[in-house]
Amino acid sequence: MKTNFKQIKEKIIETILMLSSAATSITVVLIVFFLFVEGAGVFNKKPIDDGFLLAVSAENTVHKLQPSQIKDIYDQKITNWKELGGKDQAIVLFRAGDITDYYTEEELGENFEFFPDKINELVAKTPGIIAFFSDKYKAKDFTGRELDIDKIKVSEFLTGEEWFPTAQPIAQMGVKPLIYGTLWVSFGAILLALPIGLAAAIYLSEIAKKRTRSILKPIIELLAGIPSVVYGFFGLVIIVPLIQSTFNLPVGETGLAGSVVLAIMALPTIITISEDAMRNTPRAMKEASLALGASQWQTIYKVVMPYSASGITAGAILGIGRAIGETMAVLMVTGNAAVIPTTLLEPVRTIPATIAAELGEAPNGGLHYEALFALGCILFIITFGINMLVEVVTNRKSHKKH
Amino acid sequence: MLKIESKNVNFNYGDFQALHDISISMKENTVTALIGPSGCGKSTYLRLLNRMNDLIDNTHMNGTILIDGQDIYDKNTNVDSLRKNVGMVFQKPNPFPKTIFENVAYGLRVNGVTDKKEIEERVITSIEQVALWDEVKDKLKKSAFELSGGQQQRLCIARALAIQPSILLMDEPTSALDPISTSKVEELIYELKNKYTIVIVTHNMQQAGRVSDNTAFFYMGKLIEYDKTKTIFTKPTIKQTEDYITGRFG
Amino acid sequence: MSAEIKLAKKKKRSQNIAFGLFTLTSYAIVALLFVILAFIVIKGIGVISWEFISEMPKNGMTEGGIFPAIVGTLCLVLVSMVFAFPVGVLAAIYMNEYVKDGILKKIIKQMTNNLAGVPSIVFGLFGMSLFVNKMGFGDSILAGGLTLGLLVLPIVIRTTEESLKAVDDTFRQASLGLGASKWETTSKVVFPIAFPNVITGLILSIGRVSGETAPILFTVAAYFLPKLPTSIFDQAMALPYHLYVISTSGTNIEASRAMAYGTALVLIIIVLISNLLANALRKYYGKKVKMN
Repeated sequence: MKTNFKQIKEKIIETILMLSSAATSITVVLIVFFLFVEGAGVFNKKPIDDGFLLAVSAENTVHKLQPSQIKDIYDQKITNWKELGGKDQAIVLFRAGDITDYYTEEELGENFEFFPDKINELVAKTPGIIAFFSDKYKAKDFTGRELDIDKIKVSEFLTGEEWFPTAQPIAQMGVKPLIYGTLWVSFGAILLALPIGLAAAIYLSEIAKKRTRSILKPIIELLAGIPSVVYGFFGLVIIVPLIQSTFNLPVGETGLAGSVVLAIMALPTIITISEDAMRNTPRAMKEASLALGASQWQTIYKVVMPYSASGITAGAILGIGRAIGETMAVLMVTGNAAVIPTTLLEPVRTIPATIAAELGEAPNGGLHYEALFALGCILFIITFGINMLVEVVTNRKSHKKH
Repeated sequence: MLKIESKNVNFNYGDFQALHDISISMKENTVTALIGPSGCGKSTYLRLLNRMNDLIDNTHMNGTILIDGQDIYDKNTNVDSLRKNVGMVFQKPNPFPKTIFENVAYGLRVNGVTDKKEIEERVITSIEQVALWDEVKDKLKKSAFELSGGQQQRLCIARALAIQPSILLMDEPTSALDPISTSKVEELIYELKNKYTIVIVTHNMQQAGRVSDNTAFFYMGKLIEYDKTKTIFTKPTIKQTEDYITGRFG
Repeated sequence: MSAEIKLAKKKKRSQNIAFGLFTLTSYAIVALLFVILAFIVIKGIGVISWEFISEMPKNGMTEGGIFPAIVGTLCLVLVSMVFAFPVGVLAAIYMNEYVKDGILKKIIKQMTNNLAGVPSIVFGLFGMSLFVNKMGFGDSILAGGLTLGLLVLPIVIRTTEESLKAVDDTFRQASLGLGASKWETTSKVVFPIAFPNVITGLILSIGRVSGETAPILFTVAAYFLPKLPTSIFDQAMALPYHLYVISTSGTNIEASRAMAYGTALVLIIIVLISNLLANALRKYYGKKVKMN
């Protein structure tokens, strides 16, 4: 009886333990699920604000437009309906605010009570018009035709060159500038951090005395413990002004500032991982090289570095991964301009910084909110891919050893 | 002609004195075997001859070691050049994770030989010298790890010979090998002694007897006896030596 | 012979240059850390006073203290650890003591690694979507704490696993040999030996949690809330978010600079203490084990 009870107890405990160990897997699955469900919403909505519409004259033969076409119309890159497969007719742009160009305030009424009628009239009599206005100004007997707008396509989302989700009449959801911004800043950071980190790793593993190493290592690990918001703050008050004055820029909040801050933050990762890899080089290999009259430095770059190449690569890739996902520090120092960068000396905006900066202002469940979750998906996919890559690189190494 | 001369060499790992007052001289083109039980200091002494112990933190050496009359622990001695002149073969074969060819070429490259033809010639000569040529000539571009243990060890010897040292240090070079490979390496040592001064550390009494001209017996960091191999093995003057050689301890 | 000397000189020279560079770089990194620390300490030390850590912010956060932010961060640490510590430790026990090497272990390991690689802002998105919206916790200490808890879970698991791995197998065999069950062996023999290292991991996780900003942006953090939370369903201020706000978007950035330095210093002190404490513990118990 007693042993039976004990067995049951053991079984229950093992089940609890197993469930706990499933927590991380469940979380990853949930993250994927929530991110993708919310993010997918952006491709199921029309990229126009709720309660607004675009209308054309009833005679207009164009029925459906793509978001990018509407943008081009309002940017006046497309000026004639025939470019959109319609009649040869100049496009007349109209937003609700433009109404006073056509009617006097008296005509519109004291409380704009004639506003709907006048818009109706205007649309009816201007064949080339495209009008953007709120639902509540749509007259009951509106004679114009509401334009059908295509949903955002995934390809448009990924390749669109403008990120302006609150733009009117049509939200601009091109993530290209954000992806570019993220990659520029991250690769800039690695370009800075890799040589410095490697140098320090070589020093720690091959040159420094045991005692020196035992002092320096914890100090460098401490760098990893400092919160990113503190790095951001440090960047803001020191690095940003420094960059501004050094390069004589109008603003110091630039991609370069982000790269510098991220480089500092990526250093501990790169140093720790590459140092571990170098220290794994068999002693016999190093002695063989030295016994042949190679100098210590020759031994390092001809034997130690090739031997630890996969570890160093893993460190660098992991460093890039960290940099790509880093939010606060970047948000605070890069200036957050959503344009495709041409140099590191201008403000850029990364994906994580965009989410952090905009989610607070995006209404729950709205298009903008969903777009930010879609950004989260992109970020997740990139970092997931990077983790997998690290896995492959390190596995290849252990394979080679056998 | 004296090739290696040690005078009153003491060596410490931290507080532990590993060698006490070792004085020993070796003639050119002879094979000297260092024997003794584990931890007796024979390997430590061997590694002093190419300053390999420099790599270990917290060690201290005093006394003099002369090679060709030059003090190798002198401030002005260039360690890299010393090691180029004093080749070393290790206990376990330790080829680099490179091709067979590149393993042998490595020493040449790090010592400033850039001429492709010269490198090729010297690589081939060295491999021939260790009687490995027929076995590897078709796979010079293959990884050195594809060779058997015995072949790897001979490759490591070829690697050491390629930079034309005058002394060859061998630290139990056959302890990781099977009997056939061992006898091949021993034959090789016998042939090499015409050209090189060889110092070999070994655990294997028969091996010491077979390959060496002189034998030094180390015990607890001290040089107990040093004489012609024949003398040491037939009529040692000190009892400890006799006990060790006859297998009473160690 | 002279060619040889020339070569030796050349080798020596390139080695000296390279090593000089490496040494210099390493010390430059250390110097950089000290510059960051010194800068914040020098600028922030004057700000820190009893009032600073015990009072509410005043005057558009340009004066007064950061008391509610300290309390908020403490609450977040507490909630996250109440969740992550037991779950993480149990998971690590299962991984190290129960499950055998194989596909299951590989999957759990891989998933834990994947979770560790998820950027913190993605945790923020996830926490907002699941805890704040779906589960209806709203912006609250509970939502923020759970989000942070998930973020540190892989760290807790990893450090606990390492501590368990360090326990010599002979202890397990001895206990099992005496007829103890697996759980008895784990809970009475293995875990107590591993415990000091487990605690070290816990302390490091606390340091990490108190500095995270991105996950709490949309799950708990309040911009300005001059009162203390009364339950875990309340919003709260938090130190890292407070630093972010007053250094980038406060009502008067210049006027609140001093407050920002003070807040940064408090954050740094928390991280330093947790690191030092963890190191000291590790050393202390490391010695004790060796003596036995």
